[in-house]
Order: sequence, then structure tokens, then C-alpha cells
Amino acid sequence: MSNPAIAANGLRKSYGDKKVLDGIDLTVPEGTIFSLLGPNGAGKTTAVKILSTLITADAGEAHVGGHHLATDPQAVRAAIGVTGQFSAVDGLISGEENMLLMADLHHLSKAEGRRITAELLARFDLTEAAKKPASTYSGGMKRRLDIAMTLVGNPRIIFLDEPTTGLDPRSRHNMWQIIRELVTGGVTVFLTTQYLEEADQLADRIAVLHNGRIAAEGTAEELKRLVPGGHVRLRFTDPETYRSAATALTHATPDGEAQTLQIPSDGTQRELRAILDWLDAAGIEADELTVHTPDLDDVFFALTSTGNAIPDQTKENVR
Amino acid sequence: MSTLALAVRDTNTMLRRNLLHARRYPSLTLNLLLTPVMLLLLFVYIFGDVMSAGMSGGGADRADYIAYLVPGLLLMTIGSTVVGTAVSVSNDMTEGIIARFRSMAIHRGAVITGHVISSVLQSIVSVVLVGAVGVAIGFRSTDATALEWLAAFGLLTFFALALTWIAVGMGMVSPNAEAASNNALPLIFLPLISSTFVPIDAMPGWFQPIAEYQPFTPAIETLRGLLLGTEIGHNGWLAVAWCLVLTALGYRWSKAVYNRDAK
Repeated sequence: MSNPAIAANGLRKSYGDKKVLDGIDLTVPEGTIFSLLGPNGAGKTTAVKILSTLITADAGEAHVGGHHLATDPQAVRAAIGVTGQFSAVDGLISGEENMLLMADLHHLSKAEGRRITAELLARFDLTEAAKKPASTYSGGMKRRLDIAMTLVGNPRIIFLDEPTTGLDPRSRHNMWQIIRELVTGGVTVFLTTQYLEEADQLADRIAVLHNGRIAAEGTAEELKRLVPGGHVRLRFTDPETYRSAATALTHATPDGEAQTLQIPSDGTQRELRAILDWLDAAGIEADELTVHTPDLDDVFFALTSTGNAIPDQTKENVR
Repeated sequence: MSTLALAVRDTNTMLRRNLLHARRYPSLTLNLLLTPVMLLLLFVYIFGDVMSAGMSGGGADRADYIAYLVPGLLLMTIGSTVVGTAVSVSNDMTEGIIARFRSMAIHRGAVITGHVISSVLQSIVSVVLVGAVGVAIGFRSTDATALEWLAAFGLLTFFALALTWIAVGMGMVSPNAEAASNNALPLIFLPLISSTFVPIDAMPGWFQPIAEYQPFTPAIETLRGLLLGTEIGHNGWLAVAWCLVLTALGYRWSKAVYNRDAK
């Protein structure tokens, strides 16, 4: 990858005494989805606002779309599209008028503006509501209009600040589909979210933001490997077999009701083979064997709990 | 595209957006017109006899009082129209749409300039509407030449521009529409303590300097002079000076607030 779409170095921002961003570094390759994951108040929105030229950082520097944020903000603006956390549509005018307003601000010709408006309204399933005032739209429709407006100028880099917060499950899945389609066209997406599942589903790389710092960064798989909590789960249908297995496997955690046994494991091939050999030797045959890696929830809580202590796995075992 | 062409094009786009709002929701503008029209009718038809008897040593009649009243109410109309500007600027600044505009590669001043031009145009339309009510109940200018009419129009436009910039600043610093409407209230209140309804020398002595030198009175006296042939004197220069000062102040204030980091 020659030039990253977004490259930031040591970004800092404070409001009064409160350090919101305490030196963050980010690199987002072109054509990928990058997710900034963090709880409320972690500084996600501040990061988006800095990278989209809305506010200036106290320290650090960044290039977006190859343009320097501080010295050439107008070139950055020409390369990006931003859909903020709060609806950025003009509620007093119709969805179509909102789109045409964007077309005018991107200096498209009348015909081109109408063509793109019709195309995007159709793509985001808004054609029927096009003539109604945007203030009458549902939450999901407003969000779709918001993204459609962002796409009018054909931006190469798109910032989405919590695009699915407050959406119902169906709208959320629609939004995920929309975001996936964006990247197939080579667009870079910078996404913030407080939902682990969303980052897991969409992002090529995830950075966990905590107390103004990047607590961890990597692919979802890499992050999951950071914390223990993986196990192999054996399920039995025959109560007799279950009881004898539970007696033989003393270090496994039994769950009598579900007739399962959990054996701690890091999920590597070597350890898995050891367990299988050992089961064979003991003459135990389970009806189902599943390998569980820790999910992002485990990672998230591990990284964002105070002091970054890795919590023990009692929670997992009690279940 | 050159910077100037870009500025003109983006400002034009923003202006059309604001005018579309005004056309789609005329009730806000029309509600603001109610105050000057009500006051005009109230003072002419309810208090008219007392007011005209109290002026010019009891020799005046109702027609004279209509003539006295209309210029002040035209300027008051501008004051109340720009309250709507403060509200709509505040609406824009507190909604997500402003973040969208700020993060786009458009001329930076276009958002504000669009509001300003739209507000001045709306003020002119409002003045024409209230002026029409005035004419309908008997207001006539006395021997005003074409040049004087032009000067009157120029004064009204300049005054609208000055108050608009102040209203834009008020809208910018207001956290919501209600606060904007309250903050802009002095623009409706000031004409009440000007020479709109009674001559300055009929007021208590200690109050006269306040009433005489506040922004509205010189503009009202100048407009009276242009339309009715009364003495303008130093009021002409005072009116122009006030317009210049308010425009400059409002412009710098609005610009400073706009260029602050977004909240």
C-alpha cells in the first residue's frame, strides 16, 4: 500500500483539564474499513472531528487522503465525506431537496445533480419518500438520507460516527450491507462504534480507544488472541456417557444441565490435538466438540477495565 | 473555479436554501410582522385621537399622526423580521447540518452570507407589506422626489443589513431557538423607546439623550425627513454611522464565533 488513506501521529486534544485524546496514532490503508471502538466518552467523536477538519488538535499531525490536515484542510474536505453522530439533514426541506443541495455544493451541473440524486435515493430506498420533508422520516430513513447525502460528492474517504446507534436490528443490518458495499468500490471507511459485534462484522482493523489512548489495535482475530478465555466444549446426549466423562476429566468444568464439559484451551492446533489424543486414550466419545475463542466482548472488557487488568475467567466458568 | 466564483456560487446555493425555508414556512415571518402591524392599527385607531391631540399643541389630526407613525414602524418591522434570522441561524448552528457544511470543501463564509442576504431580502419584503398597510389606512408621502425615495430605500436596506449582522451574531451565540428569540428581543424593544410613537421632546428630560441617540431614532428621523420633508439635520449622518458601526460589529462578532472550533 503506497499511501495510507489516513495517517495520524500523536493526536492530542483537551477540553480544559479533561484530556480527551492523549496521543493517538492511526494508519488506515486505502480501501479498508477501520473501526475505532470504545465506550461512550472514550474520545471517538473527538477523533472523527479532528480528522474531518471540524476541530483542531492541540498537538500531533495527520494526513487524510494525502493532504496535511493543518495546512490544507480544504483539500482534505474535498476528499472526505462525513456522517456525524447527529443527523446532518435539513429537516425543513424534502429528502430530494437535501440531495440537490449537496449536488449544488459539490458544483455538479443541474442534470448531473438530478441524476445522482435519483440514483442515490433509489439505492437507499428513499424514492417513495423523496418529496416529503426530512423531519417526517424515521430514524433509519434519516440515517440513510444522511449517508446518501455524504455520497453525493463521491468521496474517497468516509467517516461514519456511530452509524447504527439507535437503529433497530433490521436497519442496522441494512446499514452494515451499505457500508460493505461502499468498500467494494475502493472507498476507505473510518467507522466509530460502541458495538463490538459491529466492529467484528465490518472492520478490517480495529482500534480500541480507552481514556484517550489506543489500548490495542489489530484485526478482530488478533485482538481476541490478546486475552485468554478460549476453551473446548464437549457436549453429550447420553447422560451415562456424560457422567463417566465428567468423572474421568477432572480438570474440565462440568455443566450438568446442558450435559457439557469445558476444557480450557488457547485454541491452537497443538493443544487441540493433545485434548483429542487424551479423549481417545480415555475412551470418551463426545457427540459434539466445539472450539471457543474469546469474543470481542472479552477483549473489550479486558482492555477497558481500570488498570487494563486481564479479568479472570470465573464469569465464563460459572455460566 | 476561482475563489470569487466559488464564493458566489456557494453563497447563492445557501441563499436559495434559506429562501426555500422562508417560502415553505411563511408563518414564522408573518408572525413577526404581526407586532408592527398591530401596533400601527392600535396607535392609529385606538389611541389615535389622544396621540394626535397631544402632539403639535393639539392642532394635529389623525392623518398627521399616521404620517408620523409609519416611518418608525417600517424600521420596527426590520427589527422584528431579523428576530427570525437570529432564530434560523441558531437552528442551523445547533443542528448536525452545520457540521456537514463545515466538513465540505465549500466557501467558508457562504453559510453566513446566505443567511445575511436572505434576511435583508425578507426585511425588504416585510417593509413593503407593512408599508402597504400604512398606505391602505391613509399614509402618503409629502412631495418626496425620486431621489428621496431612492435614499429612503437605501436607508431601509442598509439598516436591515446592520440589524441582520447583529441578529446573526445573536443567533450564533444562542444555544437554541428559544434563547435566540429572547436574545434578539431588544431589536423589537428599542423602537418602543425611540421617536416612533411620540417626539423625543415629549419624554422626561433625563431619558431624552437615551432615546435620541439609540440606533433607531436617527434612522426614523432621517426616513421622516426623506418621505415627509421634515428637518433631518445631524440625524442623517448619525443613522449612517450607526449602520456602519452595527454592521462592522455584527460582522466581526459573527465571524469570530463561526471560526471557533465546533463544540
